[in-house]
Amino acid sequence: MDIELQRVGFSYAAGTPFEKRALYEVDFKIDSGTYQAIIGHTGSGKSTVLQHFNGLLKPTEGQVDIGDYRITAGKKAKNLKEVRQYVGIVFQFPEHQLFEETVLKDIMFGPLNFGVSKEDAEARARELITLVGLPTEVLEKSPFDLSGGQMRRVAIAGVLAMKPDVIVLDEPTAGLDPRGQKEIMDMFYTLHKEEGLTTILVTHSMEDAARYADDIIIMHDGKNVLRGTPRDIFADAATLRGYRLEPPRIVRFQEKVEKLLGHPLDTVCLTEEELAKSVAKHLPKERGK
Amino acid sequence: MTEILALNHVTFAYPSEDPTPRNAVEDVSFSVNEGEWIAIVGHNGSGKSTIAKLMNGLLYPQQGDVRFMRDVLSDENLWDVRSQMGMVFQNPDNQFVGATVQDDVAFALENNGIPYEVMVERVHEALAQVKMEDFLDHEPHHLSGGQKQRVAIAGALALRPKLLILDEATSMLDPQGRMEVLQTVQQLRAETGLTVISITHDLEEAILADRLLFMNGGKKFATGTPNEIFALGDELIELGLDLPFAMKLSRLLKAEGVALNGQNMTEEELVNDLWTSNFNA
Ligand SMILES: Nc1ncnc2c1ncn2[C@@H]1O[C@H](COP(=O)(O)OP(=O)(O)OP(=O)(O)O)[C@@H](O)[C@H]1O
Ligand SMILES: Nc1ncnc2c1ncn2[C@@H]1O[C@H](COP(=O)(O)OP(=O)(O)OP(=O)(O)O)[C@@H](O)[C@H]1O
Ligand SMILES: [Mg+2]
Ligand SMILES: [Mg+2]
Repeated sequence: MDIELQRVGFSYAAGTPFEKRALYEVDFKIDSGTYQAIIGHTGSGKSTVLQHFNGLLKPTEGQVDIGDYRITAGKKAKNLKEVRQYVGIVFQFPEHQLFEETVLKDIMFGPLNFGVSKEDAEARARELITLVGLPTEVLEKSPFDLSGGQMRRVAIAGVLAMKPDVIVLDEPTAGLDPRGQKEIMDMFYTLHKEEGLTTILVTHSMEDAARYADDIIIMHDGKNVLRGTPRDIFADAATLRGYRLEPPRIVRFQEKVEKLLGHPLDTVCLTEEELAKSVAKHLPKERGK
Repeated sequence: MTEILALNHVTFAYPSEDPTPRNAVEDVSFSVNEGEWIAIVGHNGSGKSTIAKLMNGLLYPQQGDVRFMRDVLSDENLWDVRSQMGMVFQNPDNQFVGATVQDDVAFALENNGIPYEVMVERVHEALAQVKMEDFLDHEPHHLSGGQKQRVAIAGALALRPKLLILDEATSMLDPQGRMEVLQTVQQLRAETGLTVISITHDLEEAILADRLLFMNGGKKFATGTPNEIFALGDELIELGLDLPFAMKLSRLLKAEGVALNGQNMTEEELVNDLWTSNFNA
């Protein structure tokens, strides 16, 4: 499912004295099957933009195409429920999407709502709770009696249970423990590849954007301002800093290594594995010492 | 060294219908000295936020006690203690009480009977410290995730506390914002002797702490300097953590046949090790 935003503008509380403009002429297309990262400083409009991907927010200007569905500013949108079945969003604050009495009911809610049988919905919930790294006892607890990271995992399971075609992740690793961050991001990546999903990742982790994304969009002050592959985007530290962003730690470290070597490496390395290989190649004289 | 806060054999279980509920925190003893920077680390659900709530008297232990400046926390001294303890919760939405950003930051000060002029000055100063001075009249719930976290931090800083407890307070800030907040807090430590307890999943932040409290399944698994804790190596991963960046990269480099000597917890150590092991033979 392609997602296309055309000259999208958005104001919170539009038409009231509290009106707050958050987006200006946002214009981009995300092709089906892409792993798309969206990065940008605090308040740049990322969470606002991604709530347009399933019609949760409607543009106050311009239009949004989600596959064959079109949402146009000022017009009443139809079939939004269907859209929400195809596009699953993991919100920045998991508390905002948990509401049922028990974790089990919470994870089953989406599938039941879209016509999955009770048995199947329950089986899915049991399978998913393990996949997100929680013990099955948690299913009987209230989602509000969980720790922050446990809530995050339940929210993720709830979205996966809908088997969406497009998965939208808003800071999915915030609150996860370090091992969980890696496991959950690897799990999303495997799903992305195996199920041919479209994955949209909003993140402050430049490391995750570098490691997983095919393409990066930078948001700045409510507009999309730059787009490119992780290698191109992260090679240009000066431009990034202009948007109040930083290259990933690995790229910053590469600079230090290059100073040591006295010359640049062949390419910008996006992961620790890449950098280790590249450095090894440039240190031939001392190897095996 | 003066002790500012201590947990003394603290055990806590959340109320539950289960006749034998699991302890969220079990027999934890730990003490913090004035001026220290402590990081609390551990897997999801290991009891970190519960400890934070026990530290500021939001919860009381079923066994053991919590002491602030050597006084056992109780309903009698709670307000006095809280006026000296700034706390930033894991979810900022749970913490906002004011209708506007400036009211919210002023709230705790008002409670402490700070004169109006001083209060206004402190509110502005704290909001400037977190770069939110342009949002004075915004509603705190209607902000972006990172903006909410900044306002919550300002609320704690405005108190000018002796002890600052941060529960994943920077988890939704952009990398520059995170760096700026850490610098602000470090500066306050240098200038005022502030004590900091920071619950964090950010290992690069944890390696900057003086000491770590490492939680596992509600129990204290270990305490020690970052060097001592991260020497645990693969055990860290089993317990829900990971290796810090420089250690991970060192291992990968060694696997590629690059000569290195140390475990290299910090980037600086790794650069020095690369230099001495490869260029300076
Ligand atoms: N509910 C709301 N009502 C009014 N204004 C809002 C609301 N939510 C966000 N805003 C404003 O809209 C702008 C964009 O916010 P958004 O949440 O999209 O940012 P973001 O890029 O997701 O930031 P962060 O990285 O901090 O989560 C910000 O200036 C914010 O203050
Ligand atoms: N309000 C509550 N009622 C019942 N149980 C709770 C409640 N809050 C937390 N728990 C449980 O207590 C244990 C400790 O939770 P706590 O929030 O202290 O963990 P944490 O270390 O802060 O985790 P995280 O890294 O995910 O924030 C967990 O097993 C959790 O499920
Ligand atoms: Mg956001
Ligand atoms: Mg917690």
